[in-house]
Amino acid sequence: MPGRRSLFVLMALAFGFAFLYLPILAMIVYSFNASRLVTVWDSANSPTLMWYAELFRNAPVLDSARLSFRIATVNATGAVILGTLAAFALERYRRFRGRALFGLLTTAPMVLPEVITGLSLLLLFVALEQAIGWPGGRGATTITIAHITFSMAYVIVVIQARLATVDRSLEEAAMDLGARPWKVFFVITLPLIMPAIASGWVLAFILSWDDLVITSFVSGPSSTTLPQLVFSKVRLGVSPDINALATILVLIVTACVVAAGVYMVRLEKRRARDAQTAFDAAT
Amino acid sequence: MSTDPAARAATTPSPPAPYVRIERLTKRFGDFVAVRQVSLEIARGEIFCLLGGSGCGKTTLLRMLAGFETPTEGSIYIDGVDVTGVPPYERPVNMMFQSYALFPHMTVEQNVAFGLRQDGTPRAEIETRVEEMLSLVKLDGYAKRKPHQLSGGQRQRVALARALVKRPKLLLLDEPLGALDKKLREHTQFELVGLQERLGVTFVIVTHDQEEAMTLASRIGVMRAGEILQVGSPTDIYEYPNSRFVADFIGSVNLVEGKLVEDEPDHVRIDCPQLGGTVYVDHGVSSPPDAQLSVAIRPEKLQLARERPEQPDNVLAGTVTGIAYLGDATRYLVRLSTGFVLRVTMPNVYRREEQFEQGQPVWVHWHASAAVVVMR
Amino acid sequence: MNAATERLAVRLRGLGAARSQFGRACVILVPYLWLAVFFLVPFLIVLKIAFANIQLSMPPVEPVVTWTADKVLQLRLHFSNFSFVFGDDLYIAAFLNSLKVAGISTVLALLLGYPMAYGIARAPGAWRNVLFLLVVLPFFTSFLLRVYAWLGLLGRSGPINDLLLALGIVHEPLQLLQTDFAVYLGMVYSYLPFMVLPLYSAIEKLDLTLLEAAADLGCRPTKAFFTITLPLTKEGIFAGCLLVFIPAVGEYVIPALLGGPDTLMIGRVVWDEFFGNRDWPVASALAIVLLAILTGFVLLLQRVQSREEEA
Repeated sequence: MPGRRSLFVLMALAFGFAFLYLPILAMIVYSFNASRLVTVWDSANSPTLMWYAELFRNAPVLDSARLSFRIATVNATGAVILGTLAAFALERYRRFRGRALFGLLTTAPMVLPEVITGLSLLLLFVALEQAIGWPGGRGATTITIAHITFSMAYVIVVIQARLATVDRSLEEAAMDLGARPWKVFFVITLPLIMPAIASGWVLAFILSWDDLVITSFVSGPSSTTLPQLVFSKVRLGVSPDINALATILVLIVTACVVAAGVYMVRLEKRRARDAQTAFDAAT
Repeated sequence: MSTDPAARAATTPSPPAPYVRIERLTKRFGDFVAVRQVSLEIARGEIFCLLGGSGCGKTTLLRMLAGFETPTEGSIYIDGVDVTGVPPYERPVNMMFQSYALFPHMTVEQNVAFGLRQDGTPRAEIETRVEEMLSLVKLDGYAKRKPHQLSGGQRQRVALARALVKRPKLLLLDEPLGALDKKLREHTQFELVGLQERLGVTFVIVTHDQEEAMTLASRIGVMRAGEILQVGSPTDIYEYPNSRFVADFIGSVNLVEGKLVEDEPDHVRIDCPQLGGTVYVDHGVSSPPDAQLSVAIRPEKLQLARERPEQPDNVLAGTVTGIAYLGDATRYLVRLSTGFVLRVTMPNVYRREEQFEQGQPVWVHWHASAAVVVMR
Repeated sequence: MNAATERLAVRLRGLGAARSQFGRACVILVPYLWLAVFFLVPFLIVLKIAFANIQLSMPPVEPVVTWTADKVLQLRLHFSNFSFVFGDDLYIAAFLNSLKVAGISTVLALLLGYPMAYGIARAPGAWRNVLFLLVVLPFFTSFLLRVYAWLGLLGRSGPINDLLLALGIVHEPLQLLQTDFAVYLGMVYSYLPFMVLPLYSAIEKLDLTLLEAAADLGCRPTKAFFTITLPLTKEGIFAGCLLVFIPAVGEYVIPALLGGPDTLMIGRVVWDEFFGNRDWPVASALAIVLLAILTGFVLLLQRVQSREEEA
C-alpha cells in the first residue's frame, strides 16, 4: 500500500536491519585490521589475515572449540532422542497420570532464567556426588547433561508442532495394513517428522554451542568451552583474534542458513511443479 | 443390470449365515455414549452401508471394526472368530480412509506394497500382486509416482488398491467418495460396485450422503445418536421407513401427524387435522387404537390436477404458493385450506405442458399405497 | 461359544492391551525421568538450600534434615536467608532494577519490532522469505559474540564516538560503555528477533480482506491499523513481550559486559553471590524470589489474556 505509512514501515525496516547487522559487519571489518587496538584502523598494514593465523595457532582456542563441538553434538543427539519421545507422549497420548506435571517440566526450562537452571543443576551434581559418588567431578559429562536438559524443551516444541500436523490416519493406515506400533513409528511417523527432527537437532546444537551461563555453573577446571574462553577474554576488553573467531562463526552460520533457504525455495518450486503434474493428470 | 445393488439385493432374498456379527456393541468416551448396544449381522459379499449425520456414531462403529477403538462392551466376530480385542495390525480387515491416508513419502507402488511387506510376503509375489491390483484400478504406469503427483480420483484408486491388495475378509470404507467432485463421484460409484463384485470382498461403508448409500449399498443401516434405527435394502428404507427420523433423513418427505380412526387388517384410515381430512392407507398397521402416529408421503407420490379427480379418498384442495423448476422435475409448494404446506414433485414429461402457475387453485391427490404410517 | 473360550478371549484381550501399555510407558517414562532427575529434583534442592545455613565446608551448607542424638528426625528451616535478602537494600534494588531494565527493553523492542514485523509480513513474496531469514540469522549466531560486537562500537575510540566527534556534536569522546544506555542497547539488540518472530506470524495470519472490508466501510488506513490490525495481533504482542521480558529479567551476560559496576541486575547478583562470596544459601534464596516474581508475572499475564478472550 503506497503512502506515508508505507514509508514509515520501510524506514523502520531499514533502521531495524541496520541495527541488527552493522555491529556484526563492523566486527568482520575489524578482524582484518592489523592494529592491536581493534577500533583504530591501521591503514598501513591492513587488511591482513594475521589474526586468523594467530587464532589457528592458539591451542586453548582450538581445544575449547573442539570440546564445545563435541558437547554440542552429543547434546543435540541426546536432546533429539529424548525430545522426540516427549513430544510423542504429549501429542499422541492425550491422557496419562502426571501429564500436567510433565507438560510443565517440558516447558519450564525455556522460561527459567539461566542462572537458576545452572545453579540448581550444580547443586544437584554436588548432592549426587556426596550421595552416590557420581558424577565424580564436573566436566564435559555434567555440561552435556545440563545442556540436554534445557535444550530438550526447545526440541520438544519444534517436534510437537510438526507431529500435530501429521495426519493420524496415516499411522492408523499403516497399523491397519499390518505394521506393529514400533514399526509404524519408524517407517511412517519418523520420516514424516524428519524435517522437524533435523531443525530440532540444529537448534539444540546451537543452544549448546552458544551457552555460557549454565555451562559456567556445571563445568570443572579441566573443561573450558569456547563461550567460556571468549567470555574470559572479552571481559578484559576487545581483542582482535576474537573478531577473527566471530567472523569465521558468522560466515559458517550464514552459509548454512543460506543453503537451507535455497533448499527450501527449490523444494517449494518442485512442489508447485508436482501439483501441476497432478492437475494435468486430472484433466 | 448386474451392477445395480438394489436389483442384486432383490435376487438374493435371504442372506446366508452372518459373516460379520456385532453383538451389543457399546462405546463410551467418558460420559458420552458414541455407540449404544448395537447388534448387527452382515453377510459375506455384501455392501453394507452405515448412514447417518455427523456425530451419530457411524465412524466410531467403523473404527471398532478396524480395531482402532476398543469397545466398552460387546463383541465383534468376523468369519466366526472373536476379534474384539485383536489389534488392528492382526485383523483380517483393511480400511480405506476418508483422507485416503496415502503415505506421502512413498511411491504409489510402495504404498500398495506396504501391507504385503508387513506380512513378509515374498518379493516376487508382492510385485505381481501390486501390478495386478494397479491394473485392476486402471493405474498401470503410475507406479513410480508420489501421491502428491496424482489427481483426487487417482489417489482414491490408490487407497482402494492398497486396502484390497491384502485380500481382506472385510473392507471398511470411510466416506469413500466424499473427497471427489460430483461428476467423478457418479462414475466412481459404479466402478466401486463393479470391483466389489469381481473380488467378492465384503464392504462396510460409512457415509453421510444418502445418495451414495442408495447407489452403493445392498443394505443400509440408518444410525442416530449411537443407535441403529433401521436396517434394510435401499428400497425398504426409502419406501417403508420405520420412523419419522428415517423418513425425513432419506430423501424429501411430507410428514403429518394423525390419529387412527379406522383399523382394519387390509386398510386403515387416519385423521389428520393438519390436512383437514383423513388419509386412507391400503395396508394394516399394528398399533393400539387412538395412538398418535405420523403419515409420511414422498413428494413424487403426490400429484396435482386442475379438476377434482374421480376418487373418494386422498384428495385435497389447495393453492400453488411456490414453484421451483429443477430441470427433470418441478417442485411445487401447495398451501391447503388449513394453512399446511405440502411439497409436490412432478416429473417434466412434456415440455411446457401441465405446468401450474403461482396462485392457481389445484387438487392434490395420491394413491392409497403412497402413504406410509410410522409409529415414532 | 462356551465359557472357557470366552474367558480365554478376555485374557488375550488383556494381553494385547498390556503389551501396548508397556511401549507407551517407555515413551513417557524415559523423558519424564530425565526431567524429574535433572530438572525437578535440582529445583527442590535449591529450595532446600535456600532454607539452610551457610557453613565452611564442601558443600558450604548445613543439612536441613538431620538425625539428632536421640534418633529423632529434625527439620531445621532457616528463614534468615530470606530475611537477609529482603532486609538488604542492595538486593531489593537489584530486583527492582532488573524489572525496570527488562520492562523498558521490552517496550523498546516492541516499538522497533512491530513495524519491522509488519513490513516483513506485507513485503512481496520473494522479499518476505529473504527478510524473514535475515531476522532469524542473528539468532543462530553466537549471542555472546553479538554482545561483544558492541564493545568495539561503543568504546572511547570506537566508530560511534569517532563519528560524533567528526560531526562536531561532541568535543570529547562520550562514556558509552559501562552505562545503563549500553545495557538497554544490548538488550534490545539481542532480543529483537524474539520480538519480531511471533509478531510476524501474527500479522501474516491476519486476513487482509478484513482491512479491505474496513476500507470499504469508510475507515482510513491509520484508523484501520489501530482498530483492526493491532487488536487482532494482540496474541503476537503478548508472546513477543513474554519472550523478551522473561530472559531479560535474569540476564547475566549483557550487564556483565556492557553495564558498569553499579548496573545492578539480579542475574549478576546471583552469579556474584555464588562464585564470588560462595554463599550458596543466599544465592538459592535469591533464585527462589526471582522465580516467584517471574511466575507471578506470567500468571498475571495469562489472567489478563484469558479475561480478554472471555470478553
